[in-house]
Amino acid sequence: MVAFVIRRLLQSVLVMLAVALIAFTMFRFIGDPVNSMLPENATAEDRQTLRENLGLDQPVTVQFTRFVSGVAKGEFGISYRNKRPVAEMIAERLPATLELVLAAAVFALLLGVPIGIYTALHPKGVLSNILNIGSLIGISVPTFVTGILLILIFSVWLNWLPSFGRGETVQIGWWSTGFLTVSGLKSLILPAIMLGLFQVTLIMRLVRAEMMEVLRSDFVRFAKARGLTNRAVNFGHALGNTLMPVITIVGLQLGSMIAFAIITETVFQWPGMGLLFIQAVSFADIPVMSAYLVLVALVFVAINMIVDLLYFAIDPRLSVRA
Amino acid sequence: MALEVFPQSRIAAILKSDIFYRFRTSYVTVAAAIVTLCIVMAALLAPWIAPHDPFDVSTLSLWDSELPPVWVEGGDPRFLLGTDNQGRDVLSAILYGSRISLAVGFVSVALAMVIGIVVGLVSGYFGGMVDAFFMRIADVMLSFPTILVALLVSGIARGALPREMHDSAALIVLVFAITVTTWVQYARTVRSSTMVERGREYVFAAQLVGRRPLAILFRHILPNVMGPVLVIATINLAMAILIEATLSFLGVGMPPTNPSLGTLIRVGNEYLFSGIWWVVIFPSLTLVALVLAVNLLGDWLRDALNPKLR
Amino acid sequence: MTAQSKTSPLLSVRDLSICFDTRHGPLRAVDGITFDLAPGEILGMVGESGAGKSLTGTAITGLLERPGRIDRGEIRFEGQRIDNLPAEAMRRLRGRKIGAIFQDPLTSLNPLMTVGQQLIQTIRTHMNLSREAARRRAIEFLGEVGIPAPDARIDQYPHQFSGGMRQRVVIALALCAEPSLVIADEPTTALDVSIQAQILDLLKRMCREHGAAVILVTHDMGVIAETADRVAVMYSGRVVEIGPVEKVVRAPHHPYTKGLMQSIPRIGSNAERLTQIDGAMPRLTALPTGCAFHPRCPKAFDACRSTKPVAVPVEGGAVACHLYQGEPV
Repeated sequence: MVAFVIRRLLQSVLVMLAVALIAFTMFRFIGDPVNSMLPENATAEDRQTLRENLGLDQPVTVQFTRFVSGVAKGEFGISYRNKRPVAEMIAERLPATLELVLAAAVFALLLGVPIGIYTALHPKGVLSNILNIGSLIGISVPTFVTGILLILIFSVWLNWLPSFGRGETVQIGWWSTGFLTVSGLKSLILPAIMLGLFQVTLIMRLVRAEMMEVLRSDFVRFAKARGLTNRAVNFGHALGNTLMPVITIVGLQLGSMIAFAIITETVFQWPGMGLLFIQAVSFADIPVMSAYLVLVALVFVAINMIVDLLYFAIDPRLSVRA
Repeated sequence: MALEVFPQSRIAAILKSDIFYRFRTSYVTVAAAIVTLCIVMAALLAPWIAPHDPFDVSTLSLWDSELPPVWVEGGDPRFLLGTDNQGRDVLSAILYGSRISLAVGFVSVALAMVIGIVVGLVSGYFGGMVDAFFMRIADVMLSFPTILVALLVSGIARGALPREMHDSAALIVLVFAITVTTWVQYARTVRSSTMVERGREYVFAAQLVGRRPLAILFRHILPNVMGPVLVIATINLAMAILIEATLSFLGVGMPPTNPSLGTLIRVGNEYLFSGIWWVVIFPSLTLVALVLAVNLLGDWLRDALNPKLR
Repeated sequence: MTAQSKTSPLLSVRDLSICFDTRHGPLRAVDGITFDLAPGEILGMVGESGAGKSLTGTAITGLLERPGRIDRGEIRFEGQRIDNLPAEAMRRLRGRKIGAIFQDPLTSLNPLMTVGQQLIQTIRTHMNLSREAARRRAIEFLGEVGIPAPDARIDQYPHQFSGGMRQRVVIALALCAEPSLVIADEPTTALDVSIQAQILDLLKRMCREHGAAVILVTHDMGVIAETADRVAVMYSGRVVEIGPVEKVVRAPHHPYTKGLMQSIPRIGSNAERLTQIDGAMPRLTALPTGCAFHPRCPKAFDACRSTKPVAVPVEGGAVACHLYQGEPV
């Protein structure tokens, strides 16, 4: 167990170093940081001072070491566009994105798992067919189209729910939450549905496929042959074994939901990291882009580790072997 | 989507029988094929069949702006699907927009396929350092969502280009970003198929006869690994169109002066609250129909070519 | 069949047919088989894979899944028809009256539940026992099937048991609600040869002690010869010969059974080489007319190619072959 965790940690550190290298390369070699940071009319002297301040006159390896240690301390440099520390900008935006992703993930699980189980247990049912076709359409509809439709129906035509922003937020330390106000929660509904809907179809298809596979397995047949009730077979024996791989995928999906939040945040003008990132891309604001990249990679690596460790907690086969 | 490795030599036989049996017997697939064909034809023939030229400013008139579709009260028979705020015909804009969306889709799929096949063949056949190098890259890329990689690549490409070139080079940047993002899947699949084929007798025989590795790769192995590649290509066409639309929607793709379907949706979205829904809904529907139809074709192709699922 | 007709049979299968509905029309996988099983008796069912022996077992447990279905005949258990029972009534019968053991002990147990949980669940489904009483019964059964230190091992997971031990657990699971019939489908095929005999002995002893009859499905004639009282030989979905084991082994009637017996190596036999039956069993999609065995049969004549033989009684059993039609041996 300990050996496994250490190996996993080392692997994660390596991935993070690779990502840091990409981020550094972006920062150092794409465009000229000095030109991007100084006004057009800066003197040659100003340039030289900045160059020295940034350490650009030193060997590349030294620069990379400085970059990595900076990143480790949470320093990502100054935004070209806003002239503000990137770390500060991201810290402001982080809560909005994480709350959105959390709400969407809960929504997706609450809807996707039961639907998946239902369609697996009644594969020939009319409702199952409708749900299956729905999921196929769901996978093909771009999320931004879903978002636009949601806004058109629930904001423009019905005028029930707000279509942009987070509503009122409450500040708890440095964290700003929208969970505690009515307008914050109302604002969360549509973006969470938009971000979660694609995951619903994904989770549902995954649960269905896994469950149908498990239902065909020998131990389920043997459980049936022992006369156990359908309930005991389906939920006691099959479901547990179905959820093992589902946990992995859903865990990994959390990471990609942070990435997909870019689109949701654009549609709903949600003040999160994604919106910050997309603005950075369109203005080629490299420090913000590289900071976002490092951060998202960190989240991915962390989730990967947690998922692996969760397996130990759930699967008795692993806890003994290790 | 994991694709199983299977003996490709069967493809010819399958083409003759089951594949078309399945095609004929699946109404959904036939419908998908028809929809795809219609959109592709309409896009190809846009300059001839579009009722207006949306880019010819001289024909635009503000008198015609924000007209609803014909079947809605106030509609004008000249503009079947209504007009936008500048008096541009929505139908014509969609026809020209699909042209760009499809062009980006086809070109990037073709490029990604060629790169992926070459890398996959070389990695799978020679193994060793080359293989390890490419597969580590693939691992890293596949562990991030496609859209994020595409955004990053296009962001980097934009960073490397001077600002004034962003619009004119948009098409190339898009194709580049999508290609870089998607070649990995082909490489992975071709590599694993190649590693299987490499152990087959016919390859051994070709080696004994003294054929050069390149000849063996392209003349002997390649035809046998094309099946899964075709499936991926079809599914990736849908994905490429989707990525392009998403990037354009996010404002880092095609500029409004030369709009793709995604750009049209982005522009239309800004007028959502003034109630002119048709400007955003019709491009969206076209995009959904196209992506759904191509996805269905890909699903059918995968099922038909994969004997394991039968 | 005469030997068993004195007592009323535990299980009686009459003209049972199972077919699969496919794109190309229905395929008949089991074609009109008939046999009886007395209480406590062990009946071996032997045949090549695809002969329909496992399907017959599955049909008796009521676990046949679409596209497979029973399209003719009936199955009676303790005098009651069970082939058309409602699902819920059939479920109550399974485990309680009819137990089943499958081929692979490695995959027959739920990996995420302890063996105790699985035993207790099964016991409590069929018997009105408290959790403690069910647990005591589970420990008792684990002891009976030869698991050492059952009170400690009951809380372990399947992966902590070896293959042979797991098959012992499976036997305990199949018998823990005291069924009067156990269908054992290739119970030892997946095990090491060294363990096979132990498991067969255990199965035999457990069933004798708990008064359960057994249908032992296997392709291994050796297993049948050592374990079963009677044997039914299946070929292409039909029972070609049925009778007491020693009779069928020593003096087989049907040419297929004869071929089968000659292909078993025997100590003390002076044959220089084993004979084998030429060809392979026909596929369901291409069944020959008449007797399905005729293309491989050394004694085939005209009648074999045109009409299906019906079963005729021969000393203590029955055989379906034109060689014996109309002339009781």
